[in-house]
Amino acid sequence: MLKIENLHAGVDGTDILRGLNLEVKPGEVHAIMGPNGSGKSTLGHVLAGRPGYTVTAGSATLLGQDLLQLETEERARLGLFLAFQYPVEIPGVSNMEFLKAAVDAHREQRGQAPIDAVSFMKQARETCKVVDLDPAFLKRGVNEGFSGGEKKRNELMQMILLEPRLAILDETDSGLDIDALQVVARGVNAMRSSERAFVLVTHYQRLLDYIEPDHVHVLADGRIVRSGDKSLALELEARGYAWLEDEVA
Amino acid sequence: MSDFMQQVLDSAATGSPPWLQDWQRAGRQRWQASTLPGRKTEQWKYTSLQGLQQRFVAANSGDVELSAAGVALPQLGGPRLVFVNGFYSPAQSSLESLPPGASLVRFSDADDQQAKRIRAHLGLATGRDEPLFTALNEAAMSDGVFLDIAPGASLAEPIHVVWVSANQGEAFSVTQRLLVLCGESSSASVIEHFAGGAGGQRSFTNGVTELLLQAGATLCHYRLHLEQEAALHIGRVQARLATGATLNSFHLALGSELKRIDLVVDYCGEGAHCELNGVYLPRGTEHVDYHTCIEHRVPNCTSSETFRGIVGDSATAVFNGRIHIHRDAQKTRAQLNNRNLLTSTQAEVNTKPELEIYADDVQCAHGATVAQLDELALHYLRSRGVSRAAGEVMLSFGFINEVIESIRCEALRDYLQPMLAARFARDPALVGQVA
Repeated sequence: MLKIENLHAGVDGTDILRGLNLEVKPGEVHAIMGPNGSGKSTLGHVLAGRPGYTVTAGSATLLGQDLLQLETEERARLGLFLAFQYPVEIPGVSNMEFLKAAVDAHREQRGQAPIDAVSFMKQARETCKVVDLDPAFLKRGVNEGFSGGEKKRNELMQMILLEPRLAILDETDSGLDIDALQVVARGVNAMRSSERAFVLVTHYQRLLDYIEPDHVHVLADGRIVRSGDKSLALELEARGYAWLEDEVA
Repeated sequence: MSDFMQQVLDSAATGSPPWLQDWQRAGRQRWQASTLPGRKTEQWKYTSLQGLQQRFVAANSGDVELSAAGVALPQLGGPRLVFVNGFYSPAQSSLESLPPGASLVRFSDADDQQAKRIRAHLGLATGRDEPLFTALNEAAMSDGVFLDIAPGASLAEPIHVVWVSANQGEAFSVTQRLLVLCGESSSASVIEHFAGGAGGQRSFTNGVTELLLQAGATLCHYRLHLEQEAALHIGRVQARLATGATLNSFHLALGSELKRIDLVVDYCGEGAHCELNGVYLPRGTEHVDYHTCIEHRVPNCTSSETFRGIVGDSATAVFNGRIHIHRDAQKTRAQLNNRNLLTSTQAEVNTKPELEIYADDVQCAHGATVAQLDELALHYLRSRGVSRAAGEVMLSFGFINEVIESIRCEALRDYLQPMLAARFARDPALVGQVA
């Protein structure tokens, strides 16, 4: 589904990813862990096509298509979803309108007509319940004045409504209390299917208690330096990252 | 004296009520003794009056079928008074729903009692040392509108006064005058609406509006400039607030070849409050200039001012926000914010907050910014599948929608939001996504 080979990328001329390889198959959940500054968030930004990030070598394909040649919105319509670590506040644009525009863009890609407002309203309200977000937030500006936890729930809501093929959650668990963490985990687990894959970028093993990963990778210095099953996450929790960095060096 | 200065006098309609003729004479004298300001005059530094150096004749008639002229007026619920090319249009107007406590009359139609009240109040807000174009307004004023709200009256529906510029052939000039008197503790809404048809009809409108708020009165005032590009306008709104009065004044201007609006709020009694908000949206080669001036003369008053502009193509905008806190105006709280979005490298905005503070115990905050669309916000929208073009529309509309949301009149908000959303849409199919 997602295939990344020898990816080199960075921002402002500084290389952050230095030869990253990763393959994610349909139905899998991968966790990417690693120390601060190792390039975890950069990976998500590069795949989503964030302005300012440039790829200097390597390739990334999603469902056989060259991601790096596509516009950000084309990647999204192809089925890529990035839950932002820091969702952007957009006052003046109502959350509801934004969500509908996003859903309609995906429908258009599938050759479907825009969803009618009443059905969408119903669907959005139901999704609010799933992510435990007050429906009043639908009427507010996009993420405007939302707390950290509310922003993450709003990201999750977008993921559920857009039904991506590959979802990357960039530290969606950071700053969440245990209840919110469980909401995120429930949302992801409910969406797991043989057709869909997840990449969880996280600092903490805790999230993986609720979402069981098939593979765990350690990213250090822009490359994946170790891969394993969920026991690797437990080992990291116990020993930290230093031993791995020593081994690599 | 330039041709223009003579012409607008010649083209002024005649047949005004005798009691108005004194006004006309005084204005005429002042106008004739003046010259048009040039770019060296600070007040006109960024707005050229070159566009006025052409022939404007008197409007010949208001007998125009509006739908044929491409003008669709909204029904906003309350009474409506419509002028077409300066002429009163009974067919378009509907005054039946005028509630008790409100009187809405044309100067030319005023009875003795009403004429007396007009004479007692006209010019109170503009004052004696009037600006040049106010002198012209008075020189050429053959009619006007007087809205008289009785003390204690509370009007639920807005009063909608519309001036339409429709096709008549030659470029013409129109003089518009509105006097609103809000009696003690009354509450009302008035919408001034300038509309134009498609077809590039050239016109010049010189408008003056006076808002007199007596003690404890509340007025929601809206002034919408929705005319087309060839509709030149120089206008002025002067408000006077007595003790405890509250004015909410909202302004919207699409661009035109020349559009200059001066807004002056004069505080004459303590405990008064004014909220002054506006949006300007010039594009193409259009020009919009808002000069605002808040005169805090007395203590314990507050003012809050927010203007936002989106300037596209090679359009220009000017915003000058003056706050003048006089020596006696202690405990004043004044706040001014102007933000601009440039959507093209050729677009230009000249913004200047101008604070003059002589009292020492005041709070006064101001800010002005000029920026482009937020790339990160655009990326966020695109990362959800929204196209770049649709994302730009959403962000542009969102930028002004924050101000539009402050409109209290729901019918007006519902009229403006889809219209403005459509203005930013390159593809009409996108409108439904943001409206």
